[in-house]
Amino acid sequence: MKAISEMQDNGSVPTSAPAPVADGYAIRRRHSELLRIATAGSVDDGKSTLIGRLLHDSKSIFEDQMEHVVQTSERRGDGYLNLALLTDGLRAEREQGITIDVAYRYFATPRRKFIIADTPGHEQYTRNMVTGASTADASIVLVDARKGVSEQTRRHMFIASLLRIPHLVVCVNKMDLVNYDEDVFYNILEEVTDFSSRLQVPDITFVPISALHGDNVVERSHNMQWFGAAPLLYHLEHVVIAQDRNLNDVRFPVQWVIRPMSDSHHDYRGYAGQVAGGVICPGTEVVALPGGQKTTVASIDTFDGELEAAFPTMSVALRLADQIDISRGDMLVEAEDQPTAARELEAHLCWMSEQPLTPRGKYTIKHTTRSARAIVEEIDHRVDINTLEHVKAEQLGLNEVGRVRLRCSSPLVVDPYSRNRTTGSFILIDESTNDTVAAGMVINATS
Amino acid sequence: MNPVHYELSHLQTLEAESIHIFREVAAQFERPVLLFSGGKDSIVLLRLAEKAFRPGKFPFPVMHVDTGHNFPEVIAFRDRIVSSLGERLIVASVQDSIDKGRVTEETGPRASRNRLQTTTLLDAIEEHGFDAAFGGARRDEERARAKERVFSFRDDFGQWDPKRQRPELWSLYNGSIRKGEHVRVFPISNWTELDVWQYIGSEGLEMPSIYFSHEREVFARDGMLYALNDFIELMDGEEPFTESVRYRTVGDMTCTGAVRSTAATLEDVVTEIAATRITERGETRADDRVTEAAMEDRKREGYF
Repeated sequence: MKAISEMQDNGSVPTSAPAPVADGYAIRRRHSELLRIATAGSVDDGKSTLIGRLLHDSKSIFEDQMEHVVQTSERRGDGYLNLALLTDGLRAEREQGITIDVAYRYFATPRRKFIIADTPGHEQYTRNMVTGASTADASIVLVDARKGVSEQTRRHMFIASLLRIPHLVVCVNKMDLVNYDEDVFYNILEEVTDFSSRLQVPDITFVPISALHGDNVVERSHNMQWFGAAPLLYHLEHVVIAQDRNLNDVRFPVQWVIRPMSDSHHDYRGYAGQVAGGVICPGTEVVALPGGQKTTVASIDTFDGELEAAFPTMSVALRLADQIDISRGDMLVEAEDQPTAARELEAHLCWMSEQPLTPRGKYTIKHTTRSARAIVEEIDHRVDINTLEHVKAEQLGLNEVGRVRLRCSSPLVVDPYSRNRTTGSFILIDESTNDTVAAGMVINATS
Repeated sequence: MNPVHYELSHLQTLEAESIHIFREVAAQFERPVLLFSGGKDSIVLLRLAEKAFRPGKFPFPVMHVDTGHNFPEVIAFRDRIVSSLGERLIVASVQDSIDKGRVTEETGPRASRNRLQTTTLLDAIEEHGFDAAFGGARRDEERARAKERVFSFRDDFGQWDPKRQRPELWSLYNGSIRKGEHVRVFPISNWTELDVWQYIGSEGLEMPSIYFSHEREVFARDGMLYALNDFIELMDGEEPFTESVRYRTVGDMTCTGAVRSTAATLEDVVTEIAATRITERGETRADDRVTEAAMEDRKREGYF
C-alpha cells in the first residue's frame, strides 16, 4: 500500500502551487485527438487502482475528490485508501461497495484526451460492458498475473471482439506479486493469444504492469528490464485510431431537414446528419435509400461555412443538386457502393432486460435515424460468453448473447457490423415499457 | 488522398457528437426546451444549437429558471444574448412559485432558493407540456453525474431513478416516453470544464463579466468567498472585504462562491483551469457540500 500513501501525499499540494504537468498543456495542444477506452473488471483485479493511477499520474484527480476518498475510506474503516470510491458515484454503490453501472472518467495528456467507460466485469453486468464497449476505440483487459487467464478474461475479450473494439490492450497486472517474472508474463501472453485466435481481434497488445506501484503504467518499469515495449499510457497515446473509421463507403443517415423558410433563406433545404462512413465532397453522386432517387451533393454546409469534404464523425448539412423527396430515416450512399435495404436481418443480440426474449417477440427496432417494428423469428443459438460455445436456446435472458433472425416492418439500410459500427448496429425497444432491451449487431441482411 | 486530412481534434469530435444529440432531440420530441442558466455550459449549448439548426431557427424555446437571487450581470447577459440570437425566451420565476404558495422560502443566514428551483422547473415543464429539456450538465462535474445518461429519463413526478436507467449504446438514443414523462438531455455530457473553456476560446463566445477577475466585496464562509449581497444575512464574525475574484460556476448569489483570481482574459482563465487542483463544484458550490450524495438526492427529485 506504499504507492497509495504516496498518492495521498501528492494529492494534497496547496492550491497555490499549480500542478507542473498540467500547466498550460491544453492551450498549446488544441488539436489533440479523442480516444475512448472501455475497461471492465471486478473489485480485486486492480482495475480501480489502475484507473486511479492513470488519473493521478496525468494530474486528473482533484484535491477535493482525493479528500473525499480519504475521508470516506476512513469512515468506512476500509483500512486503505479505496480508490474505487473515485468511480463509484451512486449512494447504493458506495454503501454496498459495488459498481452497478457505467461510469465515465476523463483525463488528458498533451497528445490525447481520454474517455474511460468503466464497468464492472462480473457476468451479471454484461449489458453494462456492452454499453461501454459500443463506442470504444480501445479496450483494456486486466489479467491477474498470479491467477492467469480466467473466465472473466475470456468474457471481456469476447465482448471486445463482439463489439469490434479495434484495439485490445491486455494488462498483466500485479507483476510485483510474481517477482516481475518474465515467464509468468509470456505464459499468459501465449494463453491469451491462443484464445484470441478464435475471436475477431484486429490488434492486441500486451503490457506487464503493477498498477499499485506504477510499473509500466506511465513510466517504464525498472523491475522489468526484459520488457522492451512501451508502457501502457504511451501505447494509449500513440495507438493509431484514424484508420479505424470506414472512409470507403459513403453513408449519411438523414437526421433532420433544415428548412428555414425565412425571407433570406426561402428555398434553403439542408439535409443534416452525422457522417457514418466514407468521404463526401461537393459533386459526390449519391442515391437516397430506400427510395432509390439519384442526385449529387451540391454543398456541405456548417455554421462555420461550406466544407470541401465531410467524413466520420462530422455533423454537417448537405444540400443536393435536385429537389428529391427525402426525409429523416433515409440514407444517402454512393451509387456504386450500396448497402442492403433489408427486411430480414441476422444479428447478434445482447439481451438487456429482465424480461427474456422469446421467439415471436415484437419490438421497436431503432437503427441509425430510422425506426421500424421488428419481430424475432428465431433464436439460432445462444453463445456461452465464457466458453464461446454455441448453445441451443428457447429464449435469451438478461445479459445473454445470442444469434437471432429478425423481420422488420419496413426496410432498414444496413451494413454488416464488421464493416461499419454505425450502420451495422441497432437497439430494440420494448413497446410496453419503452425500455431499451437489446443491443444488436448485424451479421447478414436480405431484402 | 492524405489520410491526415480526415482527422478530427477532440473538440471537433465532441462538437459533432453534441450537434448530433441536438438534432436527435428535435426529431424525436414534440416540445423540447433548452434550459439556460447564463453559465458557461449553457452558453456553449446555445452555440451548439446554432451549429445544429442554422440557418433555421431553434426548434425550441430557451427557458431560464430565475430564482430572483441571480447575479444582475448574468440576467442582463441572458436578455442580450437570447435577443441577439432572435430566439424565444421563457422565464420561470421562483418568486412566482413562492407567491402562489407552491414553495416556502427558507429563512436564516443560510437560506437559499437553490432547492426551490426544482418545483418551479417541474411546474414550468408541466405547464408548457415540455417533453425534453436540454441541460448543460457534464459527467466530469460530480460523482452522480458521471453515471447519468445523455438522454436521462424522468417519470411523471420529474424524478430520476439511477438504478433504472436505460442502457445507451452507440449513438442510438431512445427517446420513447409516455405522456407526462420527460427526458433531460445533456449534449455536453462528455465535455470537461477545460474543454468548455477551450471551446469558448476557439469560438470567441461572449461571456458574463463575472467569469473574469474583478474587484468585489466578499465575505468568507465555510472556506468559500461569497459576494456581499441583499440575499444573504451575515453571521457573527463575518466581515466583508474587497478582493480580486472571479466565478468558476454561475448559480445563485446565495450558494455560489468566488475564487481569488487575477485571470482577466479568456487565455488567463484557460491557464488557470488547466492548472487548478480542485473541481469547480467542490470549490464554488455550497449546494453540493450538504451531504455526500447531495447532488444525487436533488437529481432524484428532479433538479437540473
